[in-house]
Amino acid sequence: MSALLHVQSLGKRFGGFTALQDVELEVQPGERLGLIGPNGSGKSTLVNCICGTLRNEMGSVSFGGTAIDGLTAHQRTRLGLARSFQLPRPFGSLTLAENLRIPILFAVNARGERTVSGAAIEARCLELLGQVNLADKAHRLPRDLTQIEMRKLELARAMAADPKLLIADESMAGLSHAEVDEILALLIRLNGQGVTVIMIEHIMRAVMAFSQRLAVLVAGRKIADGDPKEVVRNAEVVRAYLGE
Amino acid sequence: MASSVAKAAERGTAPGLGNAAFFGVLVIAAAAIFGATRWFGNDYAFFAAYVVVQYIVLGTAWNILGGYTGYVNFGITAFFAIGAYSSVVLYKLTPWMPLPAMVAIGGVMAALVGLGTGYLTLRLRGVFFSIATLALAVVVQTLITNWDFVGGARGAYVLRPKLAPLIGGGYIEYLFLVMLGLCVVALATARAIERSALGFGFAAIRDDEAAAEASGVPTLKLKLVATALSGGFMGMAGAPLPYYVTYLDPASGFSLNYAVNAIAMPLIGGTSSWLGPVVGAVLVGGLQEYLRVTISSAINVLVAGVLMVVFVIVAPQGVVGLFQRKKR
Amino acid sequence: MDASADLLINAVISGLLLGGFYAAVSIGVAISFGMLDIVNIAHPAVILLGSYVAFIGNTVFGIDPILSTVILAPAFYLLGMAAYQIYYVAFERRDDQSLRGLSFFFGILFIAEVGLILGFGVDYRSVQAWYTQGNLDLGVVELPWRLLVPFLLGLAMVAGLQVFLSRTFVGRAVQAVAQDQGALRLMAANPVKIKRIAFGLSFATAAVAGAALIIIQPVEPSIGREYIGRIFAICVLGGLGSFPGMVIAAVALGVIESLTATFFGPSWAPAVSFGVLLVTLAVRPNGILGR
Repeated sequence: MSALLHVQSLGKRFGGFTALQDVELEVQPGERLGLIGPNGSGKSTLVNCICGTLRNEMGSVSFGGTAIDGLTAHQRTRLGLARSFQLPRPFGSLTLAENLRIPILFAVNARGERTVSGAAIEARCLELLGQVNLADKAHRLPRDLTQIEMRKLELARAMAADPKLLIADESMAGLSHAEVDEILALLIRLNGQGVTVIMIEHIMRAVMAFSQRLAVLVAGRKIADGDPKEVVRNAEVVRAYLGE
Repeated sequence: MASSVAKAAERGTAPGLGNAAFFGVLVIAAAAIFGATRWFGNDYAFFAAYVVVQYIVLGTAWNILGGYTGYVNFGITAFFAIGAYSSVVLYKLTPWMPLPAMVAIGGVMAALVGLGTGYLTLRLRGVFFSIATLALAVVVQTLITNWDFVGGARGAYVLRPKLAPLIGGGYIEYLFLVMLGLCVVALATARAIERSALGFGFAAIRDDEAAAEASGVPTLKLKLVATALSGGFMGMAGAPLPYYVTYLDPASGFSLNYAVNAIAMPLIGGTSSWLGPVVGAVLVGGLQEYLRVTISSAINVLVAGVLMVVFVIVAPQGVVGLFQRKKR
Repeated sequence: MDASADLLINAVISGLLLGGFYAAVSIGVAISFGMLDIVNIAHPAVILLGSYVAFIGNTVFGIDPILSTVILAPAFYLLGMAAYQIYYVAFERRDDQSLRGLSFFFGILFIAEVGLILGFGVDYRSVQAWYTQGNLDLGVVELPWRLLVPFLLGLAMVAGLQVFLSRTFVGRAVQAVAQDQGALRLMAANPVKIKRIAFGLSFATAAVAGAALIIIQPVEPSIGREYIGRIFAICVLGGLGSFPGMVIAAVALGVIESLTATFFGPSWAPAVSFGVLLVTLAVRPNGILGR
């Protein structure tokens, strides 16, 4: 089976600073991939290049077998590539249910495969909010949420786009032990429904529990990629994390 | 892809009247206002009411872009004057053309200019669009000042017919009726947007553009739709102006008063719904008319500017917002 | 030398001189917009206020227009600090700069214009000084003093501010605020205070630019609007926040406008800045020196 996502020799510069260099990454349909790396290693830049928020200068990104380099962010979302933001970016003037309505109206319905309308939209929003335990706040505004609830909303909004591939960018930072388990279970359940998931995370416990495969980014380069248990024993990875 | 926006489902949760029913209510209200003004009997009432209704249209037009998507258009006079001067051109070339057709053409011209300006600047941060629209007002004024066919700096005279077609009475009654009709269309459009997928897309853009893109919202396209609609309604509001003033020169057609009023009224009334510009236009327009009659016309133009500054500082949600907060 | 070459040379020279003055007019916005990210579209109104101060000082007290605005620059500085305080409390802190913050300045622009009309009427006002007439004769060309003095004044002000911003602690803090407010806190400097100082400075430059304006041409209250497009065209073209880029852009615009006025008529000059602005935004939004 061909890869769902294929990143080929991707490069990105900011002025004189090289944020990403020659990054290769393949993700198979249905896979659970963990992506780790120290702060500033280029993880978020990679996500931004994959999702079209930033344009990569070198290399290319293919999704479902076709190159998507020329596509805007919203076109990629419509193809089935959804992401959550590292710092939650809710729509502040809309209620939680309305926040989820945006991707349903503009990503799911725009695909033309099926149209969710009327009461079905509201039901779907509530269902998604229920999955992240926010159903009771469906008609509140994001400013009434805690930071943790914001992260859940962020994830629910990405899920609302009915993605083939979901990139969860540090969805667990700052969460308690129990809450990490909750999000973890949610992502694994989502994967069970056929959604491919890339998890970017610092919490190693969660990464190890989640990932079928683990890739490591250091200073804009991929230095390891493979079985999680072997990768974390890799000498180069240990050096990058613990220093020499 | 345009169809995806158009066919995208309605809000569904939005309470109250459907779009058609709301349009019906507006038509009845407009008919009642027209009847009342006619019963009042003198031309002054029509002249004064025309101004207020014109500002409802201008304020609503500004709010479709400014209030709904958060992009500030300062070039109101450019769009307004494009509408007015396209009527001057049509008056000279095809004097037989009925006014509503002129209004439609003026609207299309202004919408096209909005589309062009937007296409060049809407990819950038919102402030660049705002600055470009400020400059747009200056350049359109320069072009018209240098265009002899429409009178250049000297201005153009337009003969107002004595009698109104179809309805009888003075021509000002007809002008007022046309403006009322335009107002009904503008308000019905604004409210329909609020309740549609388009309105949700606009709100997402206003709140966070990157997150909107990530959620599938085609931000550039939606911003262009808003700019074209907004500019189009401004142009339509300006189209009957030559017949209203009978003498139009660049200095009066591009008067900063129009721009300030069109921005001040939604901000004072409230930018989050169609009702805000109506409340703002009636309050400010009424107050200005009162001050113009009682004190002086110099003071009355200051009112909108001062009220706007006070409201954006003290009551950013506007009059409508004040009442909504009490309701909660 | 044939007539059109002569016209061309004169147009280029007066354009160059105009450019120095445009730099003085734009530097306040280069600070407020370029460094503080505050889009003060009312800046031309503040400049015009400076012009009327120079006018009053000149006609009522017989003071030299430049001298009077240099004396009043500190008052403008305080006015600017007060304006920033209002802006900070009402918009920046509420994170509502784009819609209501912009509208606020637009309202101020309008109020200032109408206020000046109520106070001084719509007549053109001018000042008298030794440099408002006559030329500096350099043999080959004659340089009108009324253009030369604002040119020198503008360049001196830009150079002075450049030195201030790069050599003093406060100046470097102003430049830092444009980059990273967090880093500034680590330097034990309060970003709000630094921004207040910088915004005050931006107003103070408007006082001097106002004197330059009324030396170059007679002023009336609505003239400020013409400068909005010009100022922002220069700042965007120059790359926001870069003084050298701004000076180059100011001179370039001055020359283009002057050539346009000479060969197509002065009534077309206002359209130049808009054209430049639109082309810049469409093609090089980071300015001529930008990446």
